[in-house]
Amino acid sequence: MSWEIVIGLETHAQLSTRSKIFSGAATAFGAAPNTQACGVDIALPGTLPVLNRGAVERAIRFALAVGGELNRTSVFARKNYFYPDLPKGYQISQYEAPIVAGGALTILAGGAEKVVRLTRAHLEEDAGKSLHEDFHGASGIDLNRAGTPLLEIVSEPDMRSAEEAVAYARTLHALVRWIEICDGNMQEGSFRCDANVSVRRPGAPLGTRCEIKNLNSFRFLERAIEHEARRQIEILEAGGRIDQETRLYDPERDETRSLRSKEEAHDYRYFPDPDLLPLAVSEQWIAEIRSRMPELPAARRARFESRYKLSPQVAAQVTASRDKADFFERSLMKIDTETYPEAPRDLANVTVGELTSQMNERGLEFSQSPVSPEQIGRVQALVLDGTISGKIAKDVRKAMWEGEGDPDAIVARRGLRQISDAGALEAIVAEVLAANPRSVEEFRAGKEKALNALVGQVMKATKGKANPQQVNDLLKGKLSG
Amino acid sequence: MIEASLAELADALAAKKVTSVELTERYLARIDRHQGALNAFVTVDRERSLAQARAADARLARGERTPLLGIPIAHKDIFCARGWLTTCASKMLANFVAPYDAHVIEQFGAAGAVILGKTNMDEFAMGSSTENSHFGPARNPWDPARVPGGSSGGSAAAVAARLAPCATGTDTGGSIRQPAGFCGISGIKPTYGLVSRYGLIAYASSLDQGGAFARGAADLALLLNAMAGFDARDSTSLERPKEDYARDLARPLAGMRIGLPREYFGAGMDADVRAAVEGALAVLRTLGATAVEVGLPNSALSVPAYYVIAPAEASSNLARFDGVRYGYRAPEYGDLADMYRKTRAQGFGTEVKRRILVGTYVLSHGYYDAYYLQAQRVRRLIAQDFVAAFGECDLLIGPTSPTVAFPVGAQVSDPVQMYLNDIYTVGPNLAGLPALSIPCGFGAGGLPVGLQVVGPYFSEARMLNLAHQFQLATDWHRRAPPGFAAQ
Repeated sequence: MSWEIVIGLETHAQLSTRSKIFSGAATAFGAAPNTQACGVDIALPGTLPVLNRGAVERAIRFALAVGGELNRTSVFARKNYFYPDLPKGYQISQYEAPIVAGGALTILAGGAEKVVRLTRAHLEEDAGKSLHEDFHGASGIDLNRAGTPLLEIVSEPDMRSAEEAVAYARTLHALVRWIEICDGNMQEGSFRCDANVSVRRPGAPLGTRCEIKNLNSFRFLERAIEHEARRQIEILEAGGRIDQETRLYDPERDETRSLRSKEEAHDYRYFPDPDLLPLAVSEQWIAEIRSRMPELPAARRARFESRYKLSPQVAAQVTASRDKADFFERSLMKIDTETYPEAPRDLANVTVGELTSQMNERGLEFSQSPVSPEQIGRVQALVLDGTISGKIAKDVRKAMWEGEGDPDAIVARRGLRQISDAGALEAIVAEVLAANPRSVEEFRAGKEKALNALVGQVMKATKGKANPQQVNDLLKGKLSG
Repeated sequence: MIEASLAELADALAAKKVTSVELTERYLARIDRHQGALNAFVTVDRERSLAQARAADARLARGERTPLLGIPIAHKDIFCARGWLTTCASKMLANFVAPYDAHVIEQFGAAGAVILGKTNMDEFAMGSSTENSHFGPARNPWDPARVPGGSSGGSAAAVAARLAPCATGTDTGGSIRQPAGFCGISGIKPTYGLVSRYGLIAYASSLDQGGAFARGAADLALLLNAMAGFDARDSTSLERPKEDYARDLARPLAGMRIGLPREYFGAGMDADVRAAVEGALAVLRTLGATAVEVGLPNSALSVPAYYVIAPAEASSNLARFDGVRYGYRAPEYGDLADMYRKTRAQGFGTEVKRRILVGTYVLSHGYYDAYYLQAQRVRRLIAQDFVAAFGECDLLIGPTSPTVAFPVGAQVSDPVQMYLNDIYTVGPNLAGLPALSIPCGFGAGGLPVGLQVVGPYFSEARMLNLAHQFQLATDWHRRAPPGFAAQ
């Protein structure tokens, strides 16, 4: 009998505010240790937290994006534990009354859509960092990260495979970037996942779960879940029992190991933080934020499918990021899609194929592209009006990537204009027919494929500048004549 | 000069009868003379004080006239003051020089007041006697064998002994009012949120409130004018229009309805205290006030509720004292847990550790509902009691403490007895209400008795009105402890 894997994710998204959640210190990554930690962050005696409105606004954007319930009053609580990188001896978080309750995310996995429910999302502050190297037997503490705003997003245990978990994490990652609340930089720790994993026989009650921490890439997430599920299944099949515990994924060894058992779990002694009043969110504020929300990925995908007739797969790829979707739409702006209804599909294919690999190679976002969407659109327009062929279009784009400037200039300078002068083309066709009697004979004997060879020869002779349809027509005319 | 009110001092400074430097020198000399007997100060920094006095004199010379310009003030050693040792009377912070000013310190600095020094207190404001100080107990100027009260005992002793014309304090469960009562001076704890807690080292955040000591209520009004005000750095600071707390001082008391909580006049109060408080009531009646008995039915629960909520908050507030970033660290330790253990075992005193343990316990899984949540429910009931009482009267009066000052060492071994000192004072803290204490006579052994006045939210001006009118009719607040009067 088979096993079912049950997964829920807790994701920490670092909110993209310039200053910290409870102090005015900067949040920029990579500064020299302890240069971005003010009195509040190092917990000097007498200092007090003051909530950053920008962090709350980002949580509200998230709630609106996932259709979660925005609690009009939420409460900050203290989570008490001792650790050197936790300066106050408590983390300010939200416990019983989080700012966002519920909501859902639609993911695409294995070619099918699936709705993953969200449990909650709450605001909290990050801790600092312990540096265990180079301190001659002691540990160093860097408090630059202490107080960085986080939104902890907790899903229901709705995922049933590592693939679904990764699809969820990717969708969430795209969403938080889309609504501009998190930069999504996983290497810098701006988007981190913990996975709760259990296994059961299909239909059986939920098994005992283990929480796996430290998953800061989609690949680690996938491997850690697969490894953990295998570990649990092996134990259960050997007649053993799963102990609820927190485990740490070690990417170097590709394994998880126990961090602490349930018995060793902290008693965090949560209680409402008396330094902060309950957080009240007004209807007016929500309405104002709602009015500034961008079109969300799911809505945009649906619109692309219906308006531009993109396939669900291509629509999903074009809307993988807001940058990419914007780029695609801007490239379409000067094209008359009534006259050329197939143009959006062609440009979408160019966007998800050629353009995406160019960006990936260069490590750029679409918003940073050296070639503008208007230029890409112009190349397509040149194809549509017959100035250049589709094959030449690719060369023009390549030239643009190499910095050769505007498409019209490239076409003029390189002489790439399509030969559509019938007289010139007829002469070339005649030459090709004369030089390839065998192909002519084969075609006449009924081998349709022989025509392709002849078309190829004409294209070769014109360096690709001939209009392929025109060449086809001319050849057929001559051969049948 | 040392018997002058703050307004009189300001006039003398303005008229150039005295300079701020001279005034500061005079008080510093008195501190020198009496510090050994009273131990009222933790830190005195003559040069720093005189530099401030010189700056004040320069402002005076330019013709600036503000009520506190050039006037010396002592600050409880719980307020961070840039460049000053700020110890909270704890070994944990015995070496801590604050790198910034508390809002209160900034406000007094802007007003031109001169810091005379930092006063002794119960460690982290936990205590009712100033015996829980790493620097030894402070003493009551009326009888140095007795405590000055606490936790702001150093400030109260300093003002009573004329070592400072005025002082700041903080009040979490009575820490201004009880020492004011024990030392025969006036002290006010404003409405919670009126004075910013920024830079006030937290004991119990939802209860802590900065306030002031002086001999007379008119002085308190001037001090409150300087201290109060919105501060965006404290999220519990209240955004309200500035007001003049001296505006009602001269108002007659005719028609004022004074509430006498029957629970404050029951058993438990010593006879000498009762006699002085009833004498005060008689004076208020002659001034035109009427009295009505009111009920605060849940007041018996206030000390138990307080001793759950305050330790709970303290257990978390004091977690930052871990030896990692500043303050005391045990000289020798093994691993990280050992460093924490030894640092906190050695750095905190007995009472602080007791409250951290109690607070940790009441917040623990399985006990939280029964203790912490229950105490919060009680807290709401207590606040409702006050609201109901203020439906029948303008202000409440009663004793500040059930007894006069007790001997040093008398209650240190019995924390529950010690906690009962707060029986009349913790209610207003739990409710967030303003309250003050003024001297209203003397009890056994010639020791002062305090009269507590409690008002509705933001009724400070009205409370000071009552206190000032009472002080116009009495001279209890002018009495100096023997040996500390001006020569």
